[in-house]
Amino acid sequence: MSERVAVIGAGQTHHKAKRDDVSIAGLVREAALRALEDAGVGWKEIDAVVIGKAPDMFEGVMMPELYLAPALGAVGKPIFRVHTAGSVGGSTALVAAHLVSSGIHQRVLSVAFEKQSDSDAMWALSVPQPFSAPLLAGAGGYFAPHIRAYMRRSGAPRDIGMKVAVKDRLQALKNPYAHLHLPDISLQMVEESIMLWDPLHYLEACPSSDGAAAMVLGSDKAASEAQAATGRRPAWVHGMAMRSEPTMFAGRDQINPQAGRDCAKDVYAQAGVSDPRSEFDCAEVYVPFSWYEPMWLENLGFCAEGDGWKLTEEGATALDGGDIPWNCSGGVLSSNPIGASGMLRFLEVALQVRGEAGEHQVDGARLALGQAYGGGSQFFAMWVLGSERP
Amino acid sequence: MPRQGHRPVAVVSFAQADNVRRELRRNEVETLMPVFAEVFSNIGITKDDVGFICSGSTDYLAGGPFSFVSALDAIGVWPPRTESHVEMDGAWALYEAWVRLQEGDIDAALVYGFGKSSMSDLSKVLALQLDPYVLAPLWPDPVSVAALQARSLLDAGKATERDFAEVAARSRKAALSNPKAQVAYDRNVAELMGEDYVVSPLRTHTLPPITDGAAAIVLAAGDKAFEWAERPAWITGIDHRVETHSLGARDLTASASTTKAAEVAGVNDGTVEVAELHAPFAPQELIVAAALGLGDDVLVNPSGGALAANPIMSAGLIRIGEAASRIMDGSAGRVVAHATSGPALQQNLVAVLEGV
Repeated sequence: MSERVAVIGAGQTHHKAKRDDVSIAGLVREAALRALEDAGVGWKEIDAVVIGKAPDMFEGVMMPELYLAPALGAVGKPIFRVHTAGSVGGSTALVAAHLVSSGIHQRVLSVAFEKQSDSDAMWALSVPQPFSAPLLAGAGGYFAPHIRAYMRRSGAPRDIGMKVAVKDRLQALKNPYAHLHLPDISLQMVEESIMLWDPLHYLEACPSSDGAAAMVLGSDKAASEAQAATGRRPAWVHGMAMRSEPTMFAGRDQINPQAGRDCAKDVYAQAGVSDPRSEFDCAEVYVPFSWYEPMWLENLGFCAEGDGWKLTEEGATALDGGDIPWNCSGGVLSSNPIGASGMLRFLEVALQVRGEAGEHQVDGARLALGQAYGGGSQFFAMWVLGSERP
Repeated sequence: MPRQGHRPVAVVSFAQADNVRRELRRNEVETLMPVFAEVFSNIGITKDDVGFICSGSTDYLAGGPFSFVSALDAIGVWPPRTESHVEMDGAWALYEAWVRLQEGDIDAALVYGFGKSSMSDLSKVLALQLDPYVLAPLWPDPVSVAALQARSLLDAGKATERDFAEVAARSRKAALSNPKAQVAYDRNVAELMGEDYVVSPLRTHTLPPITDGAAAIVLAAGDKAFEWAERPAWITGIDHRVETHSLGARDLTASASTTKAAEVAGVNDGTVEVAELHAPFAPQELIVAAALGLGDDVLVNPSGGALAANPIMSAGLIRIGEAASRIMDGSAGRVVAHATSGPALQQNLVAVLEGV
């Protein structure tokens, strides 16, 4: 039988280019301790730890959860390590949530992190592989052709990506944890930044960040205890799903992948959502390169195929005046500790439906979508959170 | 049948690749493809019959990021599937699938683990598993770490070098009847004791082979298990625990995490007939067997264990598959499987499997 699950505590680090004030253990503890404090519990109330991060080569530590076990209070408990590429932060939260929904544990600590300054992600993503065509261009070089295909297919004007870049950075100004705070951001500033991978300018790409995110997932009972102890509402899980598809084969639509559409359909059915644009109050969606906002608007069914860029253009996705604000936290474009970037999406929607998002709060947010993707747009993780107990 | 009100979930099929020192003809995808074909055809199903897929592997063996991604091509995840991956031995992938099957919305799962150790230098790769600030910079290799543990056993008076040799002699002899074994022989203890030390007190026979390999298991819940298998191996208890990382802060002669996991899994709630233990170095088998509280009458590692073949990231899953096979072939009624991860048995998983 499937039990109810709620986010009862959330915490994140201040994301920066270099967190050289802390070790990896110090970084993950910072987020974990904030999540525990938020949930009103200590280490001993945690039954199990689920930790996720992107490739181990990003720090040069193989299976770092072994070294991190004592720092995360896991000694004598189960610790579990998830790696599903860029979607891993979201998948990690889902694996933790299933440990509660399956009735096995009462409280599970989920943690995700990346300390990108310890290595060079661009290098780690570009190691030549035997039997495989070399990809020597990092993630941006991989995705730029997909973006050009989207522009051709949809007829979107060239400035849509730049508009997303400006919107998300303006929203990041309201998030004290965001890595990038660019008060002077403007279309002109984005356009004048160097062209990295046509059509992506430097300021249309995510930064490289050090950072961590953590959530305490709790059962029905744990949720009512946390609320009684802290006075803060839980964020209830109304739906959760994952989907994967192969990297490449003839006929695969890499612009609007079926795995993303299927995953959304699954999670909406669980949550009883039929019109995402009108029923969700906000969404946090993995947009590492600006153009992925219009692309995912379509993939997630917020509009018809080919219309995503119109929502961006008319300001529908802006916190200021939009009807369906996306990435009020500033999104991946403003903070990108890769392994944690997916969890930050999942965490930010928890803050929204709990009314705890501070300056970037959407007034009265009750239902929200968190999405993460990874690999060659082939791994998807999503959840729907609500303020109401399902 | 399961304890603690869990939904009954069973191992219904198991397959593994040939365990070899250096697989030069096949990459990981090509290694996995016949394993999947076998694990499905054993019970007459296809990939369309499983609702969840989970794998275990590590990027550090392949020396590149996302090594699990191309492995999906061995299945062909189209239309898209619900799928997940752990950077752990496949035994933990099985744990995630077991958890997922508890919720009742899906009835079957495919789990697998794979890795080609020959593509890298394990003595360097496994050193990178250690604390990156105070241990890894010293590059302690896995044989030296295991030797430290073996030396602790000797110093504590808990075992002798002869005990180590007996484990190795028994395991390699048992491996003679395992067609998948990489190292199998019938040599007496005195002969093994005459070998030189690799790292004192470990002689060659106490070390696992370096292995390329892969394995897969199909799990099924409730009626589905009986539909697919004549004698499903029901997982009646499963748990995993971790200890602190620092070698200096642990009692290396014991395995507290194994004992705890065994308690939760209910190892000693019945008679154990067979145990498949993931003890890559011979002295570790003594530690794990003691931590599980196994009596002298338990048949340990009839497959030869990790001393017969040690494919990193699937050796633990293979222990579960081998133990389950004893139930499925009718030769045992209640068995224990164990998997380990990390330096000197830092993390351990224990499962109890039973026939009806």
